[in-house]
Amino acid sequence: MQPILQIKQLHKQFNGLKAVNGVSFDVPEGICLGLLGPNGAGKTTTVEMLEGIRRPDKGSILYRSAPLNETFKNSAGIMFQSTALQDFITVRESLELFQRLYPDISNIEEIIKDCALEDFIDQDTAKLSGGQRQRVLLAIALVNNPEIMFLDEPTTGLDPQARHNFWQLIHKIKRQNKTIVLTTHYMDEAYELCDKIIIMDHGKIIAEGTPRELLSKHFNDVVIQMPSSPKLEALIALPDEQGGLNFSWHQEGVEIRCSDINQTVNQLLSAGISLNGLQIRERTLDDLFLELTGKALRQ
Amino acid sequence: MRWQRFVSVLKARNREFLRDRSALAWNIIFPLLIIFGFAYAFTGDQLGHYKVGVIGLSEDAELDFYATDYVQFIAINEQEKALSINKVKRHKLDMLLDARLKRYWMNDSSPSGYMLERVLAGSGGYAYQKEVVKGKQIRYVDWLIPGVMGMNMMFSALFGVGYVVVRYRKNGVLKRLKATPLSALEFLSAQVISRLWLIMAITIAVYVGCNLLIGFAMVGSYINLLLVFVLGAFSMISMGLIVAARVKSEEMAGGLLNLLSWPMMFLSGVWFSLEGLHPWVQKLALIFPLTHITQAARGIMLDGASLLAIMPNLAALLVMSFIFILLGVLLFRWE
Repeated sequence: MQPILQIKQLHKQFNGLKAVNGVSFDVPEGICLGLLGPNGAGKTTTVEMLEGIRRPDKGSILYRSAPLNETFKNSAGIMFQSTALQDFITVRESLELFQRLYPDISNIEEIIKDCALEDFIDQDTAKLSGGQRQRVLLAIALVNNPEIMFLDEPTTGLDPQARHNFWQLIHKIKRQNKTIVLTTHYMDEAYELCDKIIIMDHGKIIAEGTPRELLSKHFNDVVIQMPSSPKLEALIALPDEQGGLNFSWHQEGVEIRCSDINQTVNQLLSAGISLNGLQIRERTLDDLFLELTGKALRQ
Repeated sequence: MRWQRFVSVLKARNREFLRDRSALAWNIIFPLLIIFGFAYAFTGDQLGHYKVGVIGLSEDAELDFYATDYVQFIAINEQEKALSINKVKRHKLDMLLDARLKRYWMNDSSPSGYMLERVLAGSGGYAYQKEVVKGKQIRYVDWLIPGVMGMNMMFSALFGVGYVVVRYRKNGVLKRLKATPLSALEFLSAQVISRLWLIMAITIAVYVGCNLLIGFAMVGSYINLLLVFVLGAFSMISMGLIVAARVKSEEMAGGLLNLLSWPMMFLSGVWFSLEGLHPWVQKLALIFPLTHITQAARGIMLDGASLLAIMPNLAALLVMSFIFILLGVLLFRWE
C-alpha cells in the first residue's frame, strides 16, 4: 500500500544553522510513527514542515502521492508543543470555534466523551490543569475528523498518571485507523505507542525501525545491575585483557553490560563477589538513545 | 472568504472582550474620568482679560476705548469676520468691533459683553451701532468632549487590535489558527469588525452617560457624528493592524503603540486648539486620524457642521484607512 506521507530529502536552515539536513522517510497509513531525538535535534522543525506550516528550503513532501497544498489542512489534526487558547472562552466554545473553521467535522459530543472532557467542559480554558489542557488540545486536533495527526511532545510536563491517561487516548485514536506522527523524548512513551521509530540528531536520521528491530539491531547484550562493593569495584577497575567489565555507575550501584550472562556471573563468583541484590534487565530504548546520541535525555 | 469561519472568530473575540470585565470597565471608566476631571478643573471664573476682536484697527486708531486696561484687543481681518461673530456667539470673544462700519457685535447673554459695551459708550464709541448675537457659552468641557471620545477610540483601537494580536502571536494562538483553513483575511476582518462594534457601543455609552451627567453641546446631526466616529474608529483599528502585522513581543508592540498614540494625543487638538501652534506642526497634525476625527466631531457638535463641511476630514480618514488596511493585510504574518 502507498504510504500516506512520503518525505524526500528535507532541508531547513535557520540563520545558517542546519535544523533539518536531508531527512527522508515514509509514513505508512494507520501507524503511529515516533520521531525521537534530544532537544534541538530537528524533530519539531521536521514535523512543522510535514504539517504544512513551515516551508522546507529543499526537498518534497507527498501526501497521498500529491504535494502538500491548502486542502491538506482539512485532513490533518495538529497538536503543537505549546499552544495558548484564546482567553475567557470555555472548553466547549474552543472546540466549537475550531470545528467551524473546517468543512468536514467530527461529532463534538463523541470527542468530548473520548477525551474525557465532561467534567470541565464549561470551564475557562485558562483554568485547566496540565493534563486537562493537553486533552483539550488533543480534542481540538480531532474536530475535523483528521486522517493524519501530528502530536508534538504531547505529554511533556505531565505527571505520570496524566501521561498514562493520555496514552490511553492515543490508543483509542489508533484503533480508529488514524495515522499518527508523534514526537517525544520519552522513550517509554515511544515504546508504548509507536509502531515505527525514527531517531534524529543534528538534523539527520540516525536510526529507523520498529522498537524491537532497533533494539535487536543495536544490542546483543543485557544489563546486570548490582550493589557496589569493594571487591566489585576492584574487579571492574581491571583493564579489559585482565577480565575488566564493561560497566557504568548507577544510582543503586553498578550496571554491567554483557552478552554472556553465565560467563559474567562465574567471573563475579570467582572473585568472591556476593550476588545478593543482582538484577538482569534487557536493553531499552533509553540505552539505545544514549548509545546513539551520546546524550542524556532532557526535558 | 468563508462567512462561517469569519463569524466564529468574531464571536470568540467578542466573548473574550465582554468577559474580560476589568478591560471592559477601564474602557468605559477612563473617558468618563477624563471628562469629569476636566469639567471640574475648568469650571469657575477664568482669570485674564476681556477679549475684543477689532476689524480695521487703524481706521479709528484714536478711539479712547483702545486705551482701556485689562482688555485684550485682537486684530482681525475681513475674511475672519464670520468666524469671529461665531466666536462672540459662543462667548469665546466678548465683543467684535468693526471700526470701518462703526458697528459692534455682542452676545446679550454675556456679562463681559455688557461691561465692555458700557466702557465703549463711555470712551468715545457712543456712535457705534450695536448688533446683538445670540448663543450659549461653549465651555471647555463642550469643546473637549469630541476630542476625548476620539482619543478613547484611538487607545481602544490601537491597543485592542495591535497589542492583542501580538499577544496571540507570542503565546501561539496565531500559530494554532494558521494550521487551520482560516485565512489571514478572515482572521483580520473578524478582529476589525469585533473591535469596531465594541468601540461604537462603548462610545455611545460614554456619550449618553456624559450627556446625562454633565450635559454638553450638540447642535449638529447625530447621523453625521456617527459616520465620523465609525470611520474614525475604522481608521484607528486599521492603523493597529500595521503594528499587529509582524511584531513578536508585547514590549515592542507596547512601545510602538505608545509612539503612535502619544504624539496623536497631544498634537491632534484634543486638549488645546492647534491655532496657536507653528504652521508646520499644524500641517503635521493632519497626518493623524485623530486630528480629523476631533475636527469633524467638534464641527458637528459645536457648530452643526454639514456633511459637506466635514467632507475633507471624512475623505482623509477614508484614504488613511485604505492605506493602513492594505499595509496591515499585506505585511501580516501568523508567526
